[in-house]
Amino acid sequence: MSVLKISSVSKYFPGGTKAVDSFSLDVADGELVCLLGPSGSGKSTLLRMVGGFEDPSSGLITIDGEDITHLPPERRPTGMVFQSHALWTHMNVFDNLAFGLKLRRTGKSEIREKVEAVLDLVGLAGYGERKTHQLSGGQQQRVALARSLVLEPKILLLDEPFASLDQHLRERLREEVRDIQQRLKITTLFVTHGQDEALSMADRIVVMRDGRTEQIDRPDVVYRNPQTPFVAGFIGTMNLIDGEVAHGRFHRAGLSLDLPISDGPAILAMRPEALDLSLADQGQAVVHRVTDYGTHGLVDLDLPEAIRVKAMVDHPDRFSTGQSVNLAPRAVAAFRDGRQVFRS
Amino acid sequence: MATLVSRRIDWTGIVFAVLLTIAIIGPLLVVGIWAFTNVWRFPSIIPQEFGLRWWSATLARADVWSSISMSLTLASVVTLLSAIICLPAAYAFARLDFPGRDILFFSFLAGHAFPKFGLLVAIAAIFLQLNLIGTFWGVVLIQLVGTLLFMIWIPVAAFQAVDRRMEEAARDVGAGPFRVFWSITLPQAGPTIAAALLLSFVGTFYETEGAWLIGAPQVRTLPVLMISFINNQPVIQFGAVLSVLLWIPSFIALLFARRVVNSGSFARGFGG
Ligand SMILES: Nc1ncnc2c1ncn2[C@@H]1O[C@H](COP(=O)(O)OP(=O)(O)OP(=O)(O)O)[C@@H](O)[C@H]1O
Ligand SMILES: [Mg+2]
Repeated sequence: MSVLKISSVSKYFPGGTKAVDSFSLDVADGELVCLLGPSGSGKSTLLRMVGGFEDPSSGLITIDGEDITHLPPERRPTGMVFQSHALWTHMNVFDNLAFGLKLRRTGKSEIREKVEAVLDLVGLAGYGERKTHQLSGGQQQRVALARSLVLEPKILLLDEPFASLDQHLRERLREEVRDIQQRLKITTLFVTHGQDEALSMADRIVVMRDGRTEQIDRPDVVYRNPQTPFVAGFIGTMNLIDGEVAHGRFHRAGLSLDLPISDGPAILAMRPEALDLSLADQGQAVVHRVTDYGTHGLVDLDLPEAIRVKAMVDHPDRFSTGQSVNLAPRAVAAFRDGRQVFRS
Repeated sequence: MATLVSRRIDWTGIVFAVLLTIAIIGPLLVVGIWAFTNVWRFPSIIPQEFGLRWWSATLARADVWSSISMSLTLASVVTLLSAIICLPAAYAFARLDFPGRDILFFSFLAGHAFPKFGLLVAIAAIFLQLNLIGTFWGVVLIQLVGTLLFMIWIPVAAFQAVDRRMEEAARDVGAGPFRVFWSITLPQAGPTIAAALLLSFVGTFYETEGAWLIGAPQVRTLPVLMISFINNQPVIQFGAVLSVLLWIPSFIALLFARRVVNSGSFARGFGG
């Protein structure tokens, strides 16, 4: 039963970088929360503050109600997995896993039991005597995970643990970690800048930008109901068009759609998969390129004023470059002043 | 099947190797021969009589034995003190940022950039007032100064090459800062630091000018004794035997260095 509470935490680096800016988040017991955001948005800094490797400039961090804001890492009930696995190369796998237990004055036979159990958990039973350089990248990362898990931390912290692995391995490890996390019901904070990783693993996603929260929601909600144009553009593919609303209609680049909001500038957002195309003589757009992905196709369209949008189609062979088409969005969202003001 | 490659003979390489061998081995060989010579008179190119006469003569002298033990004690004490002082300092240089860090760091190099003897004379003048001339600890002090350069610079490079994430991971599983240094940083930097310790030991063992200027005549190390033999004895063999004796630490050092280098951990210590 472990709850992590981050309240208005900020971090300023010398030189004035505001890496994290009054950030707040509650992670429920057994929950896996993904921190997602572009490079430099402060994800690692936030995670390192929870782990004790950066000292917050202000704010409060508690675990199960206990203030850990300024405790050194060795006195926190957190376990961190680093991107670069950071295994100790002068020890074998067993000693890597046993080091923390020895520091806790665990008995020899108990250490052996625990290490074997955790190696089994990460699918590396019998690898104890291996040197770290005799492991593949994926195995090294599993050992790094086991090294944290063996100490039964209250909060598990992972900073892009699969970033250095290839796509295939990444997907497999992602599932394994999710399985282990759910089996142990361990409260987890996971940093990534891969949105598919976040969408497939997380109970909730925190989208970060410039050290601030843009949106905290379940993955499907973040995808279907983005609250800011940044989230809309960052998660998945989204067509964003700047335009004007007058008398309940949105105008830009030859498009004219019903948009029941007050007059003024607005950003129109349409998912490629929610955009129907029909061939027309004097259409709104011209097909620029058709890409066939096998299961579906993507059509790039040129609108006037050098605006390009993407549409997903079931039968890409029905379209070819130079054709004239009309667009009919099945669902749109609209943003104004950085907030969502309409969704259909 | 392995393909056959006709290899051309690399004459330049061979010439270089031969010249180097002559330049390095030649003098050593001459001294070595002298050490095992009972009689060798001009113009013969090989000694008239080989033997261990001068070995027994040299090793029978009390001052030889006392200088050997003096040199060993001195080198050990200096290396130990240097490690105790320099390793934490090197760690601080590698990991912390404090005002004056760079200037201090380069000052160790500056000390070696100027003619050493002048510096030594100045230090000797100070030691004279402190009553350190002719004392064991005076010599320890002057040798300590001599080891600072590589006992700071080499370990700093070694510590900087240690992955900080490894240290953080150790903190994460519950190790305090000192434990991290002892169990993670030091072993990671170990081979390189062993090389620095070795240099420091051998360097102190062989150092002559400082030892002579500060220590003479009460404190006599093996090289200092050798100089006085060469200056005062008409017999070459005394000096030759002592030279051969002086090679022993070098051979031990080389054997050790070979093991370290061969294990590959030496390169890793440098971040390779
Ligand atoms: N030690 C530091 N000193 C100064 N600035 C830092 C330091 N660490 C991070 N920063 C700055 O803080 C900001 C946030 O960095 P952070 O590493 O948290 O980003 P991130 O979201 O993890 O990015 P990435 O996805 O590239 O890992 C960046 O602008 C970075 O330059
Ligand atoms: Mg990061």
